[in-house]
Amino acid sequence: MADYISLFVKSIFIDNMIFAYFLGMCSYLAVSKNVKTANGLGIAVIAVLLITLPVNYLLNEYILKPGALVWMGEKYANLDLSFLSFIIFIAVIAAIVQIVEMVVEKFLPNLYSQLGIFLPLIAVNCAILGGSLFMQERDFVSFGEPVVYALGSGIGWWLAIVALAAIREKMAYSHVPAGLKGLGITFITVGLMGIAFMTFMGIQL
Amino acid sequence: MSNIKETFLNPIFKGNPISVLVLGICSSLAVTVQLKGAFVMGLSVIIVTGISSLICSLLRNTIPNRIRIIVQLVVVAMMVILVDQVLKAYAYSVSKTLSVYIGLIITNCIVMGRIEAFALGNKPFASLMDGLGNGLGYAMILVIVAFFRELLGSGTLFGFQVIPQTVYDFGYMNNGLMILPPMALILLGCIIWVQRSIQKDLQEK
Repeated sequence: MADYISLFVKSIFIDNMIFAYFLGMCSYLAVSKNVKTANGLGIAVIAVLLITLPVNYLLNEYILKPGALVWMGEKYANLDLSFLSFIIFIAVIAAIVQIVEMVVEKFLPNLYSQLGIFLPLIAVNCAILGGSLFMQERDFVSFGEPVVYALGSGIGWWLAIVALAAIREKMAYSHVPAGLKGLGITFITVGLMGIAFMTFMGIQL
Repeated sequence: MSNIKETFLNPIFKGNPISVLVLGICSSLAVTVQLKGAFVMGLSVIIVTGISSLICSLLRNTIPNRIRIIVQLVVVAMMVILVDQVLKAYAYSVSKTLSVYIGLIITNCIVMGRIEAFALGNKPFASLMDGLGNGLGYAMILVIVAFFRELLGSGTLFGFQVIPQTVYDFGYMNNGLMILPPMALILLGCIIWVQRSIQKDLQEK
């Protein structure tokens, strides 16, 4: 249990998707203009991560890993399909995003109209594919770990985008040099937030 | 002919994918600690954008509109797998440092964005040039950021010592802050500042 809690805290603060790995930057910068939509996108990212990561974990464990096909019989024990992981992961993610989109449209039309174009765009959000690839690199041992990792990194992403959106709303009232307005100052703000998040790095869990 | 030259050169300066269109920042910043990684990453992206633009442009009349995103993802993922396998075979240490970021080229918005916006509506040769140009624009920013980070952060370029030992003897110190990930964002903010101060029409109001 303690393992899960430390993995959870670690994936939110220390290995934050945005500030430590720069994953999902494109939509992070594009959608952080106001808190409300940022919040919606953040929640959608948490949901998609929570579904795709465990699915990809199972696929990796039983199909892609070297020797994973041993359940099909002895002669498949030496196969290593890990070179196929990019294409399989992205296909799973694209398919699941499509399904999530249809479900949300049917049962939560309110949220659907709020998220609009951003829902399909999650398919090409680097944070989602990045989560799966990090999962593959880290060799989680039990099924619980990828679930906790997905939840933690999703929450980390959500916190980061809501924080940036709040700062940008306030920043509209400040005097920024002409050349820095908009994009430039946003980059610098994210950089400073990243430095602030660095303080978590020394924590041993 | 001049038209094609324009397609190739425009994304390098005026319509740079990173500093003007804000595409593909996700996978770019974490690899800029050292010039070598940035160089290899830039090269991989040039190859992937160029060739997948070419392939998608050749296929543009046969892809049904509804499933085009999946077809594009498959083409891009295939190219990325090829690049990844080549890197693993010939440049293993670099491929280890780049880790998941090579895989993340799949979800790099530049690749998808150029296919969506250009390759699906233009002839193959023009699309190839557009892809190569955008890849080059991306690589250029990457190399500039990496140049400053490696020079100021470790005093080396491509792993060779460029700041002489005597300077260190006088009390010069490497700027450890430059190695931390957030500095890439701040440097990028400064690049955008410089570019927008020169090209006034890009400034946001």
